[in-house]
Amino acid sequence: MVNIVKQYGDGFPAVNDVSIDVQDGEFMILVGPSGCGKSTLLRMIVGLEDITSGDMMIGDRRVNDLAPRDRNLAMVFQNYALYPHLTVYENIAFPLRLAKASDEEVDRKVRDAAKTLELEEHLERKPGNLSGGQRQRVAMGRAIVREADAFLFDEPLSNLDAKLRGQMRTEISRLQKRLGITTVYVTHDQTEAMTLGDRVAVLKRGVLQQLATPRELYENPGNLFVAGFIGSPPMNFLPVTVEGTSAKLPFGSVELPPEKAAKAEGKGLLMAGIRPEHFEDASVKSDRGAGSTFRARVDVVEWLGNETYAYIPFEAPPEVEDQLRQLERDLDGEALHTQLVVSLDGASRIREGEEAEIWVDGSKMHLFDPATGDNLTVDREHAGRIPAHAMEEAQAQPAAAG
Amino acid sequence: MAAANATRNKVGTWIGFVVILVWCLLPVAWIVSLSFKGPGETASGSPQFLPKTWTLQNYRDILGFGTVTPGQENTHQDFLDALRNSFGIAAIATVLAVIFATLAAYAIARLEFKGKRLVLSLALAIAMFPVVALVGPLFDLWRTLHLFNTWPGLIIPYMSFTLPLAIWTLSAFFREIPWEMEQAAQVDGATSWQAFRKVIVPLAAPGVFTAAILTFFFAWNEFVLAISLTSTTASRTVPAQLSFFVGPDPFNPPYGLLAASSVVVTVPIIIIVLLFQRKIVAGLTSGAVKG
Repeated sequence: MVNIVKQYGDGFPAVNDVSIDVQDGEFMILVGPSGCGKSTLLRMIVGLEDITSGDMMIGDRRVNDLAPRDRNLAMVFQNYALYPHLTVYENIAFPLRLAKASDEEVDRKVRDAAKTLELEEHLERKPGNLSGGQRQRVAMGRAIVREADAFLFDEPLSNLDAKLRGQMRTEISRLQKRLGITTVYVTHDQTEAMTLGDRVAVLKRGVLQQLATPRELYENPGNLFVAGFIGSPPMNFLPVTVEGTSAKLPFGSVELPPEKAAKAEGKGLLMAGIRPEHFEDASVKSDRGAGSTFRARVDVVEWLGNETYAYIPFEAPPEVEDQLRQLERDLDGEALHTQLVVSLDGASRIREGEEAEIWVDGSKMHLFDPATGDNLTVDREHAGRIPAHAMEEAQAQPAAAG
Repeated sequence: MAAANATRNKVGTWIGFVVILVWCLLPVAWIVSLSFKGPGETASGSPQFLPKTWTLQNYRDILGFGTVTPGQENTHQDFLDALRNSFGIAAIATVLAVIFATLAAYAIARLEFKGKRLVLSLALAIAMFPVVALVGPLFDLWRTLHLFNTWPGLIIPYMSFTLPLAIWTLSAFFREIPWEMEQAAQVDGATSWQAFRKVIVPLAAPGVFTAAILTFFFAWNEFVLAISLTSTTASRTVPAQLSFFVGPDPFNPPYGLLAASSVVVTVPIIIIVLLFQRKIVAGLTSGAVKG
């Protein structure tokens, strides 16, 4: 339904040459660290921000030069932007009143929306007297009554506390499925991105990094940035050299499946990406399968009941250390030293300061080219769309706000 | 010990209140009491605070009901004319000034344009300009333009002197309003004008009322221009008219009449403040965004 190609720049390219095709009825997520241009992109869709070049298409209509009111889109703002001088009823009715709907139609639609959002008993109150979650629902009500072509959400949950956020997330998802309306949702929270989205577009400094389903993003990240951004705790990045089918990590060698090893043949020093859950305490792992084991000293252990996080510090060679630090900055992180985070079974008895035997699943390892950040072992069939050289391009952009 | 301190604080606070109240209200009470005294009492050498005999004669004279004191037959006509002029001029100046100031302040708060600082500093400079310095030139100018002794002749200078303050007040209020409000309205299908009228102006209402009241007070109380740019009761306002209440004896001004007139012109101001003080309460935007 929407086919967007656009460039934006006032000397400051906040969004650079992004093309996203949102299907009818799809729940599209724009995600990225702060300053990646996702909000700017959303505001360009709704028409609050000018488009420097490129075409914004809704259906087969080019809407670049249309005023926001002519685009028939509904938006929920980060701070809700409710009208404090109007009651909840009038807040929801506002778009209908502007459209000169009859009183009877206004009443019917507002009551419908209020019923959907369970706001009926609050209709006569002013927004100032509502809780955060209720205000959020009023803002959504105002969007629903429009019967707009698409919903746009700008970090709608970032002002709520953690518990409410979880509830509202489910609520939004349910609402979207029931109304079947095309939705574009901006967030910096990867949990929201993974749980809500049909497809997720990962942005970095105004450049699209990967556009894929949440599962594809997780299992087949297109480059270092996506790999590091998606997943919590984040993927571990280790320097590695591949010789034959064995990958030499700082802790020892790990056997790779031959097809993965072939892709890394003769590339010299690479970056290996392994998710924490692909490690295990060798002593509780009964079926060792294709994995390899290594011994390492565990620095800190965090036992969470169902699982255990163990932290293993390592020294990175200077060639990759810079790259790792840069990546950390891009992800808004503040890690002080290079360490391996491994997620172990809750039954693991490894204690802090002990040397432990750790098992790792080599078949799940990703290999990245440290210079370009590209994932060499990506399964392109199941990775959605990965624009070429996305990371290098993003690197060339000045850091932007927004 | 703490209790004793608290009591002492309380007593001190109340003493402070009483001192300030007496300081502020004594002259007002004095004027009110004067307005109920007959000429015999005000002319006597040692006037007491409360009238010996209460009389409404001063009010009868200026408002023209009942029997009027001989020699004051025209006073009430002049006073009522002046009252009408005051109301008309102040109201029109207020409405126009608030409308212009709202539009100007909105532009200043929202738009980035060249010379924005210049406009603001110029407005401030005008506000600081002494009114007296303009009386001479305005007098000549108004006579040439046939604006002398007319309502517009007073409305125009009143507007120009109150606009700067109104613009400053209002632009501060507009800046406080989250821009998202307006964007939300636009996304909801409003034109810029609709967004301004239906969302921004209601939200800035406290500011609008503050500006309106300040403008009205200025125009209502203004004396220098009112006395210089008028010649008859066709446009003379109350403060100027009061200075013509001299009575038959130059050494014995009609204090009672003057006091009664002062009370009458103060009443509307008090009513306006009472009516609008609830509107002036800021914080109307609370609840608009995350609280």
